[in-house]
Amino acid sequence: MALRIWASSTANALRLSTATRPHFSPLSRCFSSVLDGLKYANSHEWVKHDGSVATIGITDHAQDHLGELVFVELPETGGLVAKATGFGAVESVKATSDVNSPISGEIVEVNKKLNDTPGLINTSPYEDGWMIKVKPSDPSELDSLMGAKEYIKFCEEEDAGH
Amino acid sequence: MATRQVARSGLPLMNIVRMKGVPILKQLEIEECLLRTSSDNWCIINDGTDKPNIVMGISGKPAELVEIRPVLEDKIPVIRRFTGGGTVIVDHGTVFVSFICNKNDVADVQPYPRPIMSWSSLLYSQVFQGIADFRLRENDYVFGLRKFGGNAQSITKNRWIHHTSFLWDYEARNMSYLKHPQRAPEYRLARDHLDFICPMKDYISRSDFIRKTIDAAGNHFSVESTEFEAVKSPANMKFTPTSRLLTNHELEAAGKTSIL
Repeated sequence: MALRIWASSTANALRLSTATRPHFSPLSRCFSSVLDGLKYANSHEWVKHDGSVATIGITDHAQDHLGELVFVELPETGGLVAKATGFGAVESVKATSDVNSPISGEIVEVNKKLNDTPGLINTSPYEDGWMIKVKPSDPSELDSLMGAKEYIKFCEEEDAGH
Repeated sequence: MATRQVARSGLPLMNIVRMKGVPILKQLEIEECLLRTSSDNWCIINDGTDKPNIVMGISGKPAELVEIRPVLEDKIPVIRRFTGGGTVIVDHGTVFVSFICNKNDVADVQPYPRPIMSWSSLLYSQVFQGIADFRLRENDYVFGLRKFGGNAQSITKNRWIHHTSFLWDYEARNMSYLKHPQRAPEYRLARDHLDFICPMKDYISRSDFIRKTIDAAGNHFSVESTEFEAVKSPANMKFTPTSRLLTNHELEAAGKTSIL
């Protein structure tokens, strides 16, 4: 079961929680969740490597900053993605935002539910809101991505700088 | 890594391109090319486009947004653009202003929709200071409760574009080509389109608006003029724009959907 580490975008304290479900209090609007066991790109996508397949989506931090998603543009299965290159886009608040792949590989599955329910990315960014599944062409690319603690620090520094 | 261009003033450089009457599809192609293949900052100003065009956002569905039959009968082009946002009908009375920026050159603005929108509203508040009750209201530019400018954005890893179609003037009959959208801002309050919008010409001349916008940009950037000829053809021939004209076939199919 994944540990959940809560990261505050405004507070300085870091809280480690073993809660199995996110537990939102009125203050939790300031908190984005980061899951241990995933890897993270500095463009705010996550990747979960499980055997021969890697699942990719955008983080809770990203969806929170983007706002309500109204449209998701996804590639076709069979296509290729390259590390740090765009594979799709999301639309929110009158803006399209590129989504970049943290790793290279072949797309083996696309989350078609997002066509009708793009808001799944807002409500469940790490589970129901996954975007694509990829067969990695170079698993060593995962080594250069951030772990959960590193990503929390990255988000805090990024938010503090604005 | 591209060298950051900084003027003697210490402000990042911005190229100002002034156009007049350029077709909106061409403008969108230029903008998307600059967003994706240039590493410079740009302000594109198109003073009116050549003829009426309907322009939808990336996810726009013509069946929901456009009165298909009159659009087909009157041969009004319908474009789907590369940025998000809603549907507008633009013509010679529309003034377009687009900012294409490196996120690092606007470092105090997080590259997300709301901070960028907020930044742009501060810039335009300088343009309209003392002229009108300007504000950003639910992502629209308004005077009071009437919209005069529609915004849209596209954000890439390191750059973003914020572009606006300003209703300096418009023809009321053209607005009848647009349906009342399913997603409308709350402040619209179910008003008909003509009760919801207002022309900018009641407040400021075209030339003053353009001049003041360039001046306001000059508070954030070191601005330099660039000729339209330098940008009208894509420097990167491998780039394919994604904004496109919908075909009659697509519009007819949408028309059949809307009556089902």
